[in-house]
Amino acid sequence: MADVTVGVVVFPGSNCDHDTEYAVGSFNGIKPRMLWHNDHDLQGVKAIILPGGFSYGDYLRAGSIARFSPIMQEVIEFARKGFPVLGICNGFQVLLESGLLEGALSKNRDKKFLCCQTTLKTVNCSTIFTSRYQQDQLLTIPIAHGQGNYFAPPEVIESLQEHNQIVFKYSDAEGRVSEESNPNGSLENIAGIINRQGNVLGLMPHPERASEKSLGSLDGRALFESLFEHIAGV
Amino acid sequence: MPYTAKIKVTLRQSILDVQGKAVEHALKNLGYHTVESARIGKYIEVTINEEELQEAERICNEISQKLLSNPVMENYSFELEHVN
Repeated sequence: MADVTVGVVVFPGSNCDHDTEYAVGSFNGIKPRMLWHNDHDLQGVKAIILPGGFSYGDYLRAGSIARFSPIMQEVIEFARKGFPVLGICNGFQVLLESGLLEGALSKNRDKKFLCCQTTLKTVNCSTIFTSRYQQDQLLTIPIAHGQGNYFAPPEVIESLQEHNQIVFKYSDAEGRVSEESNPNGSLENIAGIINRQGNVLGLMPHPERASEKSLGSLDGRALFESLFEHIAGV
Repeated sequence: MPYTAKIKVTLRQSILDVQGKAVEHALKNLGYHTVESARIGKYIEVTINEEELQEAERICNEISQKLLSNPVMENYSFELEHVN
């Protein structure tokens, strides 16, 4: 059987594109394909990943300019048709700016750029991105961001809760979701959310940086496994 | 005759402005004890080649909502001036 291709979008200023390419390429039967921001052709990929970094230098607001790049018009259409789109870190910011996900990310509560391991708790394991996890599983996955403070109006938070759209929360090593285990000030300790349709996931932590033993954690692999199982039956 | 749009984008009051807080603390450290708060926003100048004021206003509103501000967490305001 021919390899199934997964697109990794490259914006000027993306800096986790090759890490993501490497992680995707480590699965049998899956081939990463880099998609340039100025292109319109999605080249027949079965899923798209928007990687981390500083697209367009984070000018104006993180993700705001990337959202209007030529490739994003195709990605938005692709997502609206129901194909899977995953946004990691800056990719999450781009998805929010695109309106594919609701809410916004502002500067971290304590003003710092945070680059560290975090503990995540899985909140919804019935998505195409999390089917290989257990409910309330604790994962070690790193974050690296200055603007990861998730905000949305109260009615949006209620709607996310009601429709089980919160997928990952920051917790401590014992699984307690509290202010102390909240690294950046995100409302409800939100680390990742999915759209109502269930095909667009955005998260601030970097699963591609927790996909190999030498990186200190393998906990991000199941996210890719879940997605690839969905698109290719791998 | 073109217009210059002077557009201000500010964080909504309900959003914590960490940059503003840092500046506020620095000002207090400098001895300005009557400084109560500081908030940081963005100032953007755009030249719009339109004859009609109404059309320039429409464009200003559209670009502010579409790209220059994020309505989830920011407000915007603008002034239009004739360029001579």
